[in-house]
Amino acid sequence: MEFEPVIGLEVHAQLLTEAKIFCGCSTKFGAAPNTHTCPICLGMPGVLPVLNRKVVEFMMKMALATNCRINPECNFARKNYFYPDLPKGYQISQYAHPPAEHGWIEVENNGGKKRIGITRIHMEEDAGKLLHDEHNPTSYVDLNRTGVPLIEIVSEPDIRSAEEAASYLRRLHETLVYLEICDGNMEEGSFRCDANVSLRPKGSAAFGTRAELKNMNSFRNVQRALEYEIKRQQYILEGGGEVVQETRLWDDTAGVSHPMRSKEEAHDYRYFPDPDLVPIQIDEAWIEAIRRGLPELPQAKRERFVRDYQIPPYDAGVLTASRALADYYEEVVRLSGQPKIAGNWVMGDVLRLLNEEKGDIRTCPIRPAALADMIKLIQAGTISGKMAKEVVEQMYRTGNTPEAIIKEKGLVQITDEGALSQTISEVIARNPEQVAQYRSGKEKVFGFFVGQVMKATQGKANPQLINDLLKKMLAGG
Amino acid sequence: MERQKISREEVAYVANLARLSFTEEEEGRFTSQLNDILLYMDQLNEIDTAGVEPLTHAIAQKNAFRDDAVGGAIPLEDALANAPESRGGFFLVPKVIE
Amino acid sequence: MELYELTIHELLDKLRTGETTSAAITASVFERIDAVEGDVHAYITLMRESALAEAAQADERIKKGEMGPLTGIPIALKDIYCTRGVPTTCGSRILLNFIPPYDATVVEKLRAAGAVFTGKTNMDEFAMGSSTETSAFGVTRNPWDLERIPGGSSGGSAAAVAADECIAAFGSDTGGSIRQPAALCGIVGLKPTYGRVSRYGLIAFASSLDQIGPFTKDVEDAAILMNVIAGYDPRESTSVPEEVPDYRTFLGKGIEGWTVGIPKEYFVEGIDPEVEAAIRRAIQVVEGMGARCVEVSLPHSRYCLAVYYIVAPAEASSNLARYDGVKYGFRAEECRDLLDMYKKSRSAGFGAEVKRRIMIGTYALSSGYYDAYYKKASQVRALIKGDFDEAFKRCDVLLTPTTPTPAFRIGEKMDDPIQMYLSDIFTISTNLAGVPGISVPCGYTRAGLPIGVQFMAGHFQEGRLIQCASAYEKQAKIEKRRPKL
Repeated sequence: MEFEPVIGLEVHAQLLTEAKIFCGCSTKFGAAPNTHTCPICLGMPGVLPVLNRKVVEFMMKMALATNCRINPECNFARKNYFYPDLPKGYQISQYAHPPAEHGWIEVENNGGKKRIGITRIHMEEDAGKLLHDEHNPTSYVDLNRTGVPLIEIVSEPDIRSAEEAASYLRRLHETLVYLEICDGNMEEGSFRCDANVSLRPKGSAAFGTRAELKNMNSFRNVQRALEYEIKRQQYILEGGGEVVQETRLWDDTAGVSHPMRSKEEAHDYRYFPDPDLVPIQIDEAWIEAIRRGLPELPQAKRERFVRDYQIPPYDAGVLTASRALADYYEEVVRLSGQPKIAGNWVMGDVLRLLNEEKGDIRTCPIRPAALADMIKLIQAGTISGKMAKEVVEQMYRTGNTPEAIIKEKGLVQITDEGALSQTISEVIARNPEQVAQYRSGKEKVFGFFVGQVMKATQGKANPQLINDLLKKMLAGG
Repeated sequence: MERQKISREEVAYVANLARLSFTEEEEGRFTSQLNDILLYMDQLNEIDTAGVEPLTHAIAQKNAFRDDAVGGAIPLEDALANAPESRGGFFLVPKVIE
Repeated sequence: MELYELTIHELLDKLRTGETTSAAITASVFERIDAVEGDVHAYITLMRESALAEAAQADERIKKGEMGPLTGIPIALKDIYCTRGVPTTCGSRILLNFIPPYDATVVEKLRAAGAVFTGKTNMDEFAMGSSTETSAFGVTRNPWDLERIPGGSSGGSAAAVAADECIAAFGSDTGGSIRQPAALCGIVGLKPTYGRVSRYGLIAFASSLDQIGPFTKDVEDAAILMNVIAGYDPRESTSVPEEVPDYRTFLGKGIEGWTVGIPKEYFVEGIDPEVEAAIRRAIQVVEGMGARCVEVSLPHSRYCLAVYYIVAPAEASSNLARYDGVKYGFRAEECRDLLDMYKKSRSAGFGAEVKRRIMIGTYALSSGYYDAYYKKASQVRALIKGDFDEAFKRCDVLLTPTTPTPAFRIGEKMDDPIQMYLSDIFTISTNLAGVPGISVPCGYTRAGLPIGVQFMAGHFQEGRLIQCASAYEKQAKIEKRRPKL
């Protein structure tokens, strides 16, 4: 019996607003415990929530970017349960009337494209952080994070493999980051993912019993955890057993998942509309205003790069990894007129240097104009490609223009035929054996001569010219 | 014979949801009082409410927003001043049994 | 006459002319407190020192000619309002030592208007009750008969005004908790339209029903206080940006030509005959002023109690979940683990009535019962509001009894929750519909217990209420007695 996996993903993304969702406290990560709190997010008696408009706008951006329908009215509901990181004893979330539904995003799948449905997107507040004492039966509560705005993005159970899941997550992640509504930092918890996994006989329409997976904090984790879970369930089903509906925590070090030890409490959240908040009405005018403000999304940008710049999809992928990088690349293209060459330089040396120096493209010492100039200098033959590598390195370290560096280091390419011929003559004269070998038919020896000329000219000679002259002079005598 | 609206088991379930614990005597008393109250509520079934929108707010308001501006945080001392137990800037609680 | 016996408007006059000072008024009020508080027990926390300091500051300002709407007037606050640096218990052991780091919006407004705060008054725990018997800090006694209850949940504030332990006071009204004690204590109590006065800083009981309002010795004082507290607050999402008129402009006008609706469902069996007689006399007074009294129907009236006792506890069960012993309030000792701490702290910290309502509310919201209870109740609530909308198409105001009986004995109804709930039968409807209501003294029983008559008006028609109540007050000339303390 062949089984197919049925996977649905729930993503929680922390929004990059300045202030929290229902109060004015800062959302900045990393503050000393309980220093970004006020009576409202501390859940003190008597306080009331007021909704941060920007949260709605950020939600709308994501909804539009994922082709969702935005509902004209939605409201907030209370999700009631007790936990120390939940000061009010309820989380303000959205339940019966979500703001956005029925969207989709496209992922690459076996060379083709596949749509993964998005069931809904809604807004809610984050909870605080609970830290456990290793040695004492005590836990520590930090409520800085309570009230940080989240959007929850729920996918349809359309995903059929761990790889597809990772693709979906990457696509969602880059969309959020491109929209500048989330920084996507999985380590800091601003992008979190839970999965629902079940198996069913291939061709069947019914759903099998599903397990919920939590505690996966990287894309790789997610993929590994899903692969493990699919195998685990397959083993059970093939053995004639039944999958238990439970929540499992992924342990990446061990490479396995464990069921959560606490008895699965009947999650009776007693949702009801929050009487302290009023409904949100979103009209067409507001939606249009947000739509007009949307940036070009990564997928569309990639397709445009391939089409307009004639670069391969892989390159387009690398160059659109971030909006900043894509903008950088396009500026270089605009100023140099050389999309393929610009692409190579950006993907190659520029990214390498940034990586090594842990730099950020936004503050890269090589400005697009400077890189464009360098490309033009290569085109003009002033420097060789090889020399340019050195120039680029210096441009990064000093922030100087290519012209300045070339001048300073005397790196101008030797294009003077006369001088070069002179050097070649000397090389030929010094190596009579190799000359004889070459003339007797050993073509490979040519490389040796090229090397020698390069050495003699400290790499400054134009390679094409070396080739042409060497050929002539070796043949001619 | 009076109809039993809520059983002792249900009372125990609800008490747990609400994080309350009762003595046996209290549980018995609550069960019977709650029963009386819930029986009284039954009269609502007399009314036909098909198609009636539930009313949460007596005065219909929409779109009450605040600007995305930082402000209003209180000093750490004030946040912790009423805490039954705190240390190092944290609220302390007995360990959660996972 | 003692200074403590006077009204706000009388004292403001004397302050303006320099005939008296805030220090003198405040001293007078505290002398009175010292004399009678032992019997009445209206207060949980007295703020003597800060009150005297505020009075001194008020006198400074008055000397400079900076007279605000309430400068120098001693006012009491129900212990449900968060007051910065001052213990706020909500009548509960679970908030025994809670000191808020912030003021409620209304407190800020009163402070800015120059009020002097005498203290925090006693109340039913978390505003759940109709007799102020469920307070963790003891019972408040009705100044008119110390063996009887003052009403609830704002019993402390009502008793304080009736006993002259403050010039005026503030309470909260979720199902009648201002109007019912006002009637039982022989004073004026007003519940504004939902959303008229900010709830920010009012410890929440039932969020869609709670409102803040004043207790005063006469209608003019109520108008003065409404001017100070009414208005939009951006810190409350349900606050309504409706303009605030000068409520004093509605005083002293008649109600000739008005249509006053008498809802037939409010004249049912179970009303004390003396109360009914007093209300009938009030109707005659109203007719005597040239108003037309007509019978109206609020057909869904009999369901108000059931709706209220689902909706209010449901919201309360959620609002009270924050009292978990983690961030503030009472935490039980020697707890095995977190679950134990939650249960022990909440079970020891909350009283029986609060626990009962949390249980009802949790049940009404729990899975399997949400549709049958909470949703159903919310639908009937819409119908109840519809009744009022219809009635106010024909009528300027409605007139009803405030309570079915005068003040009952302490302990009389504690064992029968439903009996206790029935004492709110005439006031609950306005909270469900969000409309404003006022209770005004309309007589006494033969035993000398006060009786109140209630007027109701449409949303944001507090002006009409004040106009009608002040006209009635003037015309009815109810004997101004004082409780014998």
